[in-house]
Amino acid sequence: MIILIVSLLVILMITAAIAACVFKDLLGAVIASCLVSLIAAVLFYMLQAPDVAMAEAAIGAALVTAVFIIAIIRTRRHEE
Amino acid sequence: MRIIISIFLLVIIALGITLTLVAIPFNESTAKVGEYYINNGIEETGATNIVTSVVANYRGFDTLGEVTVLFIAAVGLGAVLAAGKKSKQGIKKVEPASLVVYTGCRFLFPLIILFGFYVFIHGHLSPGGGFQGGAIIASAFVLIYLACRGKRPSMVSTKVIESLSGLAFVIIGLIGLGAGGYFLMNFLPAGVPGTLLSAGIIPIIYIAIGFKVGSELTGVVNNLIEDS
Repeated sequence: MIILIVSLLVILMITAAIAACVFKDLLGAVIASCLVSLIAAVLFYMLQAPDVAMAEAAIGAALVTAVFIIAIIRTRRHEE
Repeated sequence: MRIIISIFLLVIIALGITLTLVAIPFNESTAKVGEYYINNGIEETGATNIVTSVVANYRGFDTLGEVTVLFIAAVGLGAVLAAGKKSKQGIKKVEPASLVVYTGCRFLFPLIILFGFYVFIHGHLSPGGGFQGGAIIASAFVLIYLACRGKRPSMVSTKVIESLSGLAFVIIGLIGLGAGGYFLMNFLPAGVPGTLLSAGIIPIIYIAIGFKVGSELTGVVNNLIEDS
């Protein structure tokens, strides 16, 4: 059961990572990279590293996403 | 020809990495020092979270270095952004958030701040600590920046909090140096493991780190968002 959940999460994470590279809409790409960090945090928690999971969720999913969104506000949303 | 060579090189690298990973044994400790921390960490420091006892006690000096690196990064970012501030044209006007987003973010803000404080005050008892709690507090400020434009703390207050907490960290270390002979010595009693007032100087250091990281990351985001 746990193997099933983990493999599902890993497949979702890889899909999100590929989507972050492929998307032409940069806001979508940022949200996809946020999803990568969020799933990484869940996987860290499952690997019994809650401290690292918290840092990953707070910095990778929240702050880095916010910095990218501020960058998009100041530039353009769509890639040419 | 070049493609064949690069594929050949990639295969060699992949083979090397795979063989290295296969050779590493899983589920058995190879380093003695980790075993020592797991077996003796709770008795020696009084912190039930072993990660915290390593970060704030056994390797406290490294943590001071980490905090300094973060400080230098924040200062450098502020300097670079202040230097390029002259070109103000070309900034788009951003429309304000809707009432639902505005009210929701204002409702969530104190709860996230409270959670951040909880995480770093209980750093020696439960997972989390100064860095995580500080990042959570900074994310609360990011939420309020993005949702309620125009509401932000003054840059001076974040700098004052950051400097005072950094100073507190160093002063605690120097008191240890004076009392026992080495920097960042745990000079307070370890207490009963599992209670809030235990583990000597670890909670004090973690509270200082939490304030420092929180105000630093808030300052970084404040700098970035300042004229957007």
